Amino acid sequence: MDPALLPVSELLPRLRRRELSPSELLAAYLTRITAHDGTLRAYLHVDAEAARTEARRWDERYARGDDLPPLAGIPIAVKDIICTRGVVTTCGSRILEGWRPPYDATAMVRLRHAGAILLGKTNMDEFAMGSSTENSAFGPTRNPWDVERVPGGSSGGSAAAVAAGLAPWALGTDTGGSIRQPASLCGIVGLKPTYGRVSRYGLIAYGSSLDQIGPMTRTVEDAALLLQALAGWDPLDSTTADLPVPDYTEALSGGVRGLRLGIAREGMGEGLQPGVRAAVQQAAAVLEGLGAHLEEVTLPAIDYALPTYYLVATAEASSNLARYDGVRHGLRVEVPDIVEMFSRTRDAGFGPEVKRRIMLGTYALSAGFYEAFYLKAQRARTLVRRDFERAFERVDLVLLPTSPTVAFRLGERVADPLQMYLADIFTIPVNLAGLPGISVPCGFADGLPVGLQLVGRAFDEPTVLRAASAYERATDWHRRRPPLDGARVS
Amino acid sequence: MVKEAVNLETVIGLEIHVQLQTASKMFCGCAVTFGAPPNTLICPVCLGLPGALPVTNRRAVELGLRTAVALGCTIAPRSQFHRKNYYYPDLPKNYQISQYQYMDHPPLGMDGWLEFTVDGNPRAVRIRRVHLEEDTGKLIHVERDGIVTHTLIDYNRSGVPLMEIVTQPDLRSPAEAREFLVALRALLQYLDVSTGRMEEGTMRVDANVSRRAPDGTLGTRTEVKNMNSLRAVERALAFEAARQAEVLAGGGAVVQETRHWDERRQITFPSRTKEEAEDYRYFPEPDLVPIAVDDAWVERVRAALPELPAQKRARYVSALGLGPYDADLIVRQPRLAAFFEEALAAYPNAKALANWLSGDIAGVLNAEGKEIDEVALRPPTLVSLLQLIDGGRISGRIAKDLLPDLIRDGGDPAALVAARGLEQISDTADLERLIEKVIAANPDPAEEFRRGKDKALTFLVGQVMKESRGRANPEVVNRILRERLRG
Repeated sequence: MDPALLPVSELLPRLRRRELSPSELLAAYLTRITAHDGTLRAYLHVDAEAARTEARRWDERYARGDDLPPLAGIPIAVKDIICTRGVVTTCGSRILEGWRPPYDATAMVRLRHAGAILLGKTNMDEFAMGSSTENSAFGPTRNPWDVERVPGGSSGGSAAAVAAGLAPWALGTDTGGSIRQPASLCGIVGLKPTYGRVSRYGLIAYGSSLDQIGPMTRTVEDAALLLQALAGWDPLDSTTADLPVPDYTEALSGGVRGLRLGIAREGMGEGLQPGVRAAVQQAAAVLEGLGAHLEEVTLPAIDYALPTYYLVATAEASSNLARYDGVRHGLRVEVPDIVEMFSRTRDAGFGPEVKRRIMLGTYALSAGFYEAFYLKAQRARTLVRRDFERAFERVDLVLLPTSPTVAFRLGERVADPLQMYLADIFTIPVNLAGLPGISVPCGFADGLPVGLQLVGRAFDEPTVLRAASAYERATDWHRRRPPLDGARVS
Repeated sequence: MVKEAVNLETVIGLEIHVQLQTASKMFCGCAVTFGAPPNTLICPVCLGLPGALPVTNRRAVELGLRTAVALGCTIAPRSQFHRKNYYYPDLPKNYQISQYQYMDHPPLGMDGWLEFTVDGNPRAVRIRRVHLEEDTGKLIHVERDGIVTHTLIDYNRSGVPLMEIVTQPDLRSPAEAREFLVALRALLQYLDVSTGRMEEGTMRVDANVSRRAPDGTLGTRTEVKNMNSLRAVERALAFEAARQAEVLAGGGAVVQETRHWDERRQITFPSRTKEEAEDYRYFPEPDLVPIAVDDAWVERVRAALPELPAQKRARYVSALGLGPYDADLIVRQPRLAAFFEEALAAYPNAKALANWLSGDIAGVLNAEGKEIDEVALRPPTLVSLLQLIDGGRISGRIAKDLLPDLIRDGGDPAALVAARGLEQISDTADLERLIEKVIAANPDPAEEFRRGKDKALTFLVGQVMKESRGRANPEVVNRILRERLRG
């Protein structure tokens, strides 16, 4: 079968046994990108030449039988919000069109050390602001399961690339659900680590107190492998935790017997698509069947999560995005007056959703409104965090749907931002609380993938991965392939 | 000059930005050095590149803490950085990482004070807060025919550690403000926190000035900027206080505004930038964790503080017997004090040392516009010179003559004396020959002295000194003349 459709955990032994070379593997993805990315537009930029050179280097080292780093010769797709040295990094925005960072993000540095090969940069909602990848300045990505539908967002390009076999795995970033929601909508695994587990250095900031880089993979085991390469304290990011990094792969095998799982009542209420509800209930039953103890928990402050998020994230964004002024990098609209240059550049360079959020955030921080908006949002954030703390006094993991619906149609929600924002209703609280959350495929509704979300205690990725892995082994949802080329795995 | 309205009190508060003496910048590893070619000391962090994150320089926190402790501030156990948001091309992120005064997110230190002296009288000014922040880049406006054609930006200074010290409005005159700044500069230098040189921009001063009526009503304040020396501060504040008084005396109202000091015209003028009410939209910097300062750290800093100026001044007066004026003159110049103490270790006559330092040496340094550590004179040289006087090998007069050369070139005073043949003449026979010559040339004064007019002797001694080109031992000359004319 096409190696491009295998999880990394199965590719690595084949590379080591020299049944497959890194160049052959790379070629498999490049072939599929040529075949499908014209339609899907998962990538903004494919670094084929540099990747081929890298792959040949790994070919030789495999041939020599060198001692190799853990991910030697494995390609990876990287969301275009993560700085890659010398390789265009745009954040899906005109304002950074053509910008080549002079440095690698810490995540990239770690991946290169681990032997990974940068395959390309994936499409995204501009500056990670969106839930459908329709806010990309360079056109939307399409969902491989139904190209008339969105892949979710903002890491929609990464999700589509992994689902369609245009990359073995990818990096996404998650500020309010941007890894988990597109993973859910594309039928793959998406893990948002605990805030502070993975360095944000070189991750172009949207909401600094919420942003995290994380794995988007075909299997839970791959998520563990990739997190292993990414996680850990970074002297360049003071918000990373100086805590030991556990062995995530080892954590996979424990099973869920005796584990206490709490189904969040608020996650199963109104507004949930019936097919999604059925799939999530079914998934809970599977976990119970595997020996987990199920009970209901409640997260009442979840009602505040959306407005809280849209104050905190936008306030931070209004400041983070101030640096795009035409002076040092990216787009510049040349006019003689500097203030005029700032505003004309920003007007031309930012799309409507980014402008909307900058204005919202600027307003929330303004004198006279700070207490009513920003400070109040911080207090509400504390309430959301406490809800989870209370739940974790009784259970080890909280279960929620990842998204209230399956993938929606392109254009369906563009005119209605509030409807779009609701796509992240179940993922946003997890960012506000800074907790680890994973989305794993748990069925289909109307022929489209549904994701189950498992949320753990801070830095308890091992338990999150363990339960997700047990569920994955008991089901075969993750083996389903989109009907792109008839390569559906039975 | 405008007329001063005497019934209005001048009220001054200062905001001082101090560049900290660290090897690297506030939030990145770039070096802090001067005179490097533009944009060579930069990295993604201080250039504000997308994705880059700041990391607090622990050394800068240590220096800030040292200052805050020395100023008697309350130290915040957890202090927080904030973002101050405004657009300006010298600010690469379009926000400055600074500290703001939120109750739950306090600056590094608050509520301290600094003691100093004005005309020998003790004064104290309350310190509102001490906080840390980053410097901006530098704009260089390129002009042709007096018109700015374009602007260049040098980001070498971007991210250089700054400490801001804000006083309460406790100063009552421009002279007092100057004395306060001299004392603060001395403190910063003793603490090894900053070079504190206004001319080089390592200490920058903005002042808030207002006038207070006898009934206690505080007038509208103006902020005065762009003062590049202590003298400029004093003059700018004097001008501004008088200007406000004149406006008020004419029935006008002082406008709250920022005014710039024009060194050439010696006036303040309103800055041309739009005076919109700035809203900096401060909020806690999410990229940085709070600075946690526990009691142990504060105590370590306190224990390691050097002798502070007030303590030093008291010791000089009580233990060394210096007069308050000399003590203050030395203490307010830390490098002079260091010179003094090094010399004192080899030459225990503190008063003599202080006299030379505050008198002739200060005179030469002032004339040259230099500080003691910018000249070649080292403490051992001065000690040798004083020992030559004490040993009777040269006169004080000769020592004074030698001083400018020794200050400029250093060297061994004994060798210099020998080379120039300046050794004191104490030999009676030699001196008698000179004295005979002077008496012969000045018969009238000699006669006057013989008849009991003592003042004439001073003249004759002076003549002998002149004849010997300063080398004669004045005490011996005095004795011989008395014996010769009255004996």
